[in-house]
Amino acid sequence: MNWLRELLLPEQATAYAGQVDDLFLFILYISAFFFFLVTALIVFFVWRYRRRAPNERTPKITHNFKLEVVWTVIPLIIVIVIFFWGFHGYMDATVPPRDALEIRVTGKRWVWQFEYPNGARTLNELRVPLGKPVTLIMTSEDVIHSFYVPSFRIKADLLPDRYTKLWFTPEKEGTYVLFCAEYCGTGHSTMEGKIHVLSESKYRDWLERGDETTQAMPLPELGALLYQSRGCATCHSLDGRRGQGPSFKGIFGHTQRMADGKDALVDENYLRESILQPQARIVEGYQPIMPTFQGLLTEREIQALIEFIKAQK
Amino acid sequence: MSSTHGDYLHEPKGWRSWLFTLDHKRIGVLYFWSTLAAFVLGGILAMLIRMELLTPKSDLLPADTYNKVFTLHGAIMIFLFIIPAIPAAFGNFVLPLMLGAKDVAFPRLNLASYYLYVAGTLILLGGILGGGIDTGWTFYTPYSSTTGGTVSLMVFGVFVLGFSSIFTGINFIATIHKLRAPGMNWFRLPLFAWGTYATAIIQVMATPVLGITLLLLIMERVFRIGIFDPKLGGDPVLFQHFFWFYSHPAVYIMILPGMAIISEVIPVFSRKTIFGYKAIAYSSLAIALISFLVWGHHMFISGQSQLASAVFSFLTFLVAIPSGIKIWNWLATMYKGSIKLDAPMIYAVMFLALFAIGGLTGLFLGALSTDVHLTDTYFVVAHFHYVMVGGTFIAYLAGVHYWWPKMFGRMYSEKMARLAGALVFIGFNLTFLSQFLMGSRGMPRRYASYVQDFQPMHVLSTVGSWILALGLFLILGYLLVSLRKKPDAPANPWGGATLEWETPSPPPPHNFDRTPVPTHGPYDYDREPALV
Repeated sequence: MNWLRELLLPEQATAYAGQVDDLFLFILYISAFFFFLVTALIVFFVWRYRRRAPNERTPKITHNFKLEVVWTVIPLIIVIVIFFWGFHGYMDATVPPRDALEIRVTGKRWVWQFEYPNGARTLNELRVPLGKPVTLIMTSEDVIHSFYVPSFRIKADLLPDRYTKLWFTPEKEGTYVLFCAEYCGTGHSTMEGKIHVLSESKYRDWLERGDETTQAMPLPELGALLYQSRGCATCHSLDGRRGQGPSFKGIFGHTQRMADGKDALVDENYLRESILQPQARIVEGYQPIMPTFQGLLTEREIQALIEFIKAQK
Repeated sequence: MSSTHGDYLHEPKGWRSWLFTLDHKRIGVLYFWSTLAAFVLGGILAMLIRMELLTPKSDLLPADTYNKVFTLHGAIMIFLFIIPAIPAAFGNFVLPLMLGAKDVAFPRLNLASYYLYVAGTLILLGGILGGGIDTGWTFYTPYSSTTGGTVSLMVFGVFVLGFSSIFTGINFIATIHKLRAPGMNWFRLPLFAWGTYATAIIQVMATPVLGITLLLLIMERVFRIGIFDPKLGGDPVLFQHFFWFYSHPAVYIMILPGMAIISEVIPVFSRKTIFGYKAIAYSSLAIALISFLVWGHHMFISGQSQLASAVFSFLTFLVAIPSGIKIWNWLATMYKGSIKLDAPMIYAVMFLALFAIGGLTGLFLGALSTDVHLTDTYFVVAHFHYVMVGGTFIAYLAGVHYWWPKMFGRMYSEKMARLAGALVFIGFNLTFLSQFLMGSRGMPRRYASYVQDFQPMHVLSTVGSWILALGLFLILGYLLVSLRKKPDAPANPWGGATLEWETPSPPPPHNFDRTPVPTHGPYDYDREPALV
């Protein structure tokens, strides 16, 4: 019944996903059986016992002990089996192995921030080596978020002031989507990330040298990439539409009125300050909600973003 | 049986006599129209949500507006419609009649409950004028303790509505205990009364917890007292425990009355004694009690302890059993019956099929490992709507079509009812079956925009919502049309054996000319049918 699995469930990128899917399909078969049984009985009774004369009498059947025991005990046994099956999978999913690679995850409106054991940091893009167990130690800086990777069949909430854990062993190279599954406001539906499963050697290269493809990119092009991947797009539009933050369209080189009543010219230094210390000066009419990107972007990446904003005429 | 007096709709006269009425039937009717108005409002918001989701981008509504719209849709449908609709509208109207009583035990408390409902509704809706809220109907902290908007005001509205619900519950418990007709012992009670009784227990026991929780939330927002917000030293997960301690039993406040209607309709239209009377009655009580012990199944991924999750999962499966027993009992009632598919029965069998889907998909969510994948996705949205719309709302429609002649003295067009029933069935399944599919494939809920892959399923769902809406407007249409006809409903159009059918349609203000003495059980169909 592989076609059914492929129709109903996303791609499997971990062995654990297969385990979850087996239970999913088991429950599906049980459900389908009982649903069709109930529906068939309804249709059959409605047809077979349709009223033929207005004053029909019917037998008085008040109960049937044997039948009632059967329809209580059989479902009871089935649900107990389902319970243990689900419990078994859940224990596997919540107890990480000791030797797992530990990556720290911080959720904040509306970006995912990852920190690797060697101190490297990324935003919205998590890179993990193929075939190695990874434990995520997660927390939130503001409200509750939830780390959800459909292809891994895992999900856990990120709470402020507390750590929660999630672990997985990726078993297929590729890129998988990461969703925020706990409602967190305006950018909830765009709080997306990507998980890149790389071969062990590619992962090491990346960890040591960074991403070589982006290193060769011209600045505005790199900026465009960062604009999407670092979550700028959630709040800053490119077409002049007002979002949670000012649109980038035509912003460079113009003077803006700040919340404290002063004017500021949007130049390279202003943009740099806005990225690294967003609360320093807020454009009039907007809330001070932007997170700081201090330490999350390299110097070249900051310049790339500034060049990208410059190009939005 | 005839009465020399006018019916309750026309006697006494004047608008004051309606606004200050202590007649349970009039209060039931006031609740009926008020909750229906809330449903129409909530339904319009649902249509807006579906329109927005027709395309992947958030284009029709900006994300902030979308968030407010789904919050309002949930809050209105739950607090203003589905919790009060069946107990407060039909319970008020029918329960005293079924018991052979003149009124509920505390008529003034009953009126107070209605006005608390109105006050709570006005406060809640007043919050929209102040800008609305974007917390979701679940008000999760710390989001709700920090976001802008009129959260405190609207939460206070829900707090007031809670008292309305408690008052109704207290009233029904006292009424069932004290006002049964002579000779009507507990096992001669119609099952609707049992269902209402179980519901009332939950209303009285669980609603105060919601009230306290919401009050704490207001205190945190207004006085900055740290209870749930970690920035103030609180614990956000504590809110979820408190909230679901009410809101899971509340799910049964919503479904038990629906089941209670089905337990009336199926025997009448199968003209057969209910199968397993005691099993149905006791399973209602069992559901009411176990429902207090399963709240943690909403929180498997919230960071609660694994042991707690395992215990909650197990108890959740236990609550599935009494619900399953009811389905078998209803089916067994139809066996060897004399079945007539009039409108109420059409909705009753529709309920059986849709509630079966709602219940069975609960198995996926009760099991721990599959829940982790499915929770907070559209699978939950679909499951919830199959239980609440496919279950409760369809049962509500069965009740509307069943008691309409009694309430308003008019018969509606049976032909139109069948057409509308078909539209509702097709529209509903199209809307929500597609949501199971997108949910199991990973589409998270509460998304204003989504990735391209999910679009075909969203389009199906939106088209389904149009068909569903068409069916519902048709129902509203032919029911309103029926009100303009001459009174034509006999006292007992369906051949029911419960006491409400022994008084004229619509009943006189005092219900019965003399106190009825039940000479037979509520489902005794082995005697000559009492068609009028």
